[in-house]
Amino acid sequence: MSLITITEVRKSFGQNEVLKGINLDVAAGEVIAIIGKSGSGKSTLLRCINGLETINHGSITVAGAQLAPDEVHLRALRLKVGMIFQGFNLFPHLTAGRNVMLSPMVVKKVSQKEAEAEARVRLEQVGLAHKFDAYPDELSGGQQQRVAIARALAMKPLALLCDEITSALDPELVNEVLAVVKKLAEEGMTLLMVTHEMRFAREVCDRVVFMHQGRVHEIGPPEEVFANPQTAELRQFLGQS
Amino acid sequence: MAYSFDFSSLADYGPVLAKGVAITVELIVVGGALGVGLGIACAWAKALGPRWLRPIVSAYVELIRNTPFLIQLFFIFFGLPAIGVGLTEMQAAILAMVINLGAYACEIIRAGIEATPRGQFEAGASLAMSPIQTFRHVVLVPALQKIWPALTSQIVIVMFGSAVCSQISVEELTFAANFIQSRTFRAFESYIVATVLYLLLAVLLRQVMRGLGLFLFPRRRKTT
Amino acid sequence: MTQFTTWDIVSNLLLAARWTVLLSILAFIGGGVVGLVVLYCRIARKVWLQRAANLYIELFQGTPLLMQLFLIFFGLPLMGLDVSPWAAAFVSLTLWTSAFLAEIWRGCVESIPKGQWEASSSLAMSFFEQLRYVVLPQALRIAVPPTVGFSVQVVKGTALTSIIGFVELSKASTIITNATFEPFTVYGFAALIYFVLCWPLSKSSQLLERKLNVAHHHH
Ligand SMILES: Nc1ncnc2c1ncn2[C@@H]1O[C@H](COP(=O)(O)OP(=O)(O)O)[C@@H](O)[C@H]1O
Ligand SMILES: [Mg+2]
Repeated sequence: MSLITITEVRKSFGQNEVLKGINLDVAAGEVIAIIGKSGSGKSTLLRCINGLETINHGSITVAGAQLAPDEVHLRALRLKVGMIFQGFNLFPHLTAGRNVMLSPMVVKKVSQKEAEAEARVRLEQVGLAHKFDAYPDELSGGQQQRVAIARALAMKPLALLCDEITSALDPELVNEVLAVVKKLAEEGMTLLMVTHEMRFAREVCDRVVFMHQGRVHEIGPPEEVFANPQTAELRQFLGQS
Repeated sequence: MAYSFDFSSLADYGPVLAKGVAITVELIVVGGALGVGLGIACAWAKALGPRWLRPIVSAYVELIRNTPFLIQLFFIFFGLPAIGVGLTEMQAAILAMVINLGAYACEIIRAGIEATPRGQFEAGASLAMSPIQTFRHVVLVPALQKIWPALTSQIVIVMFGSAVCSQISVEELTFAANFIQSRTFRAFESYIVATVLYLLLAVLLRQVMRGLGLFLFPRRRKTT
Repeated sequence: MTQFTTWDIVSNLLLAARWTVLLSILAFIGGGVVGLVVLYCRIARKVWLQRAANLYIELFQGTPLLMQLFLIFFGLPLMGLDVSPWAAAFVSLTLWTSAFLAEIWRGCVESIPKGQWEASSSLAMSFFEQLRYVVLPQALRIAVPPTVGFSVQVVKGTALTSIIGFVELSKASTIITNATFEPFTVYGFAALIYFVLCWPLSKSSQLLERKLNVAHHHH
């Protein structure tokens, strides 16, 4: 049984159809890399799965929670999938620990004590237990992104969506974030990640999705997709990068 | 130029002045707190609230910002009883200040909200927070922090404006000065003293707001 | 007792509003002239002048307008000058306006890049010439929206002169209320008249500001 079911999803911004009928099933524990040219709709797809965009057609279901534009459905959906952004989006007025504690306390009404204990565990998990009281602007980009991961994990999601989470980082900080993601993958987290780190995709992912002009152009295990691209577009894309 | 100042005849009126200061402080503390609260609500409505609410809030803001406080006060104190809403002097004064500050604070705070990066809203949403929860816990504090100096200035302006509450017999600082000059016939001295007290109150108010700012925003924003 | 129609009320308010308009215009012009002098002192290259201008600005911005009105209304006679409410109103609003305009304009002047000063002094212009021919013409453009915006404060500020007995729109409202016992209607219409005076000024200030910003982005 698949955890995430994406069926015939279409999405337009005005006249511009950005997703042109996406079908994708993701099994629990699966790690999926989404690759493709800039503008091919990768971010839009992830944002739809998290309900940050509404869809014009088709359906998205995550563990029984259906995407619908009302608050009740959105909440149910977002309780099942977390999202990590390229720009971290930490809350600047809260410490790392508070960033992690906020949503469990506000959304799940977890007590402060429990939330704090959970936050310490999550920060430990990303190797930042010692930064509990640091503010975002006191952390490096890599550390901020790891806090963002801890923050998403504290909501105990079934799946994580990662949109180019290392693209805004200085090269020397990329690996510390990828290491955290790799560990999550090994622990069985379901991951859907847009990435330009081809080597990482090859090593860690179960399947690679190549998107082109709003469609899933090719899909398959990394060995096949990278070694034996079926289409000219993918060959060209891989050749460039 | 032969006028000789005589502040000594004011000496007996210390308690009157003290009471005046106390009431001015009460006006600005209560009116300021409620006014900022109203401003936050209106700023939310205008920036993020339901579409039908926005023109209503805009009309309120424009109406208040384009009429004198004195007329607002008179309308509330003298006009409202005609439609069955009787208020004491103090209630009318505070209501007028709240409504007045609310409109200015709305525009100031809205600017802070609109300067919030979109990613902050999205991060809140992706963590399953409702739009209201995101506003309350994610957006509001940094927005207030950005506009705190402007908000402080506006509250000081509203405190100065509260001087006209003497006109509906609220016994605040200007009322005290009026009273003293009517007894001593030392108008100039009375108003000098009141003016200096207003000056000091403004300094104090700014300090209080600064302290409140340090408490609310323990994190200094990085100046980039 | 005479009956007052709504039209009686409105027409009397409108007649009184002429004084509000006149006082606003005069105070704005007077404030502009004095404000230019204060601005000159504020940015002059003499420290004591700057300090004096600063003190002036802070005093008028840092105290209630009503206190300034009272001090001038009751203070000038002490210096042997007999002043009418009208004169006191004009003088105090002028001084108050000048302080705010000087401060607004200072911001505009200071937003002119340093290079403009340097370039003009390299052309052997005096400080006054630099100001007159190079800096002010540029500062003027950005100064217009906030200056127009402040005129709204001046119009609203005139309401306070009713308290020292100058009969303008607010004072007339009180007088008419006392005769008609219709405070709701009278103050309601007074508010409306103020709104009609102020709102176009507010709006044009906003529009000018937006236009300026757009022009800025296109360069
Ligand atoms: N909010 C939006 N409004 C209008 N067009 C958008 C919006 N977001 C994305 N697009 C358009 O959708 C297309 C796909 O964008 P995106 O999903 O961000 O691509 P990718 O992440 O693959 O680079 C692009 O052409 C982009 O311009
Ligand atoms: Mg993208």
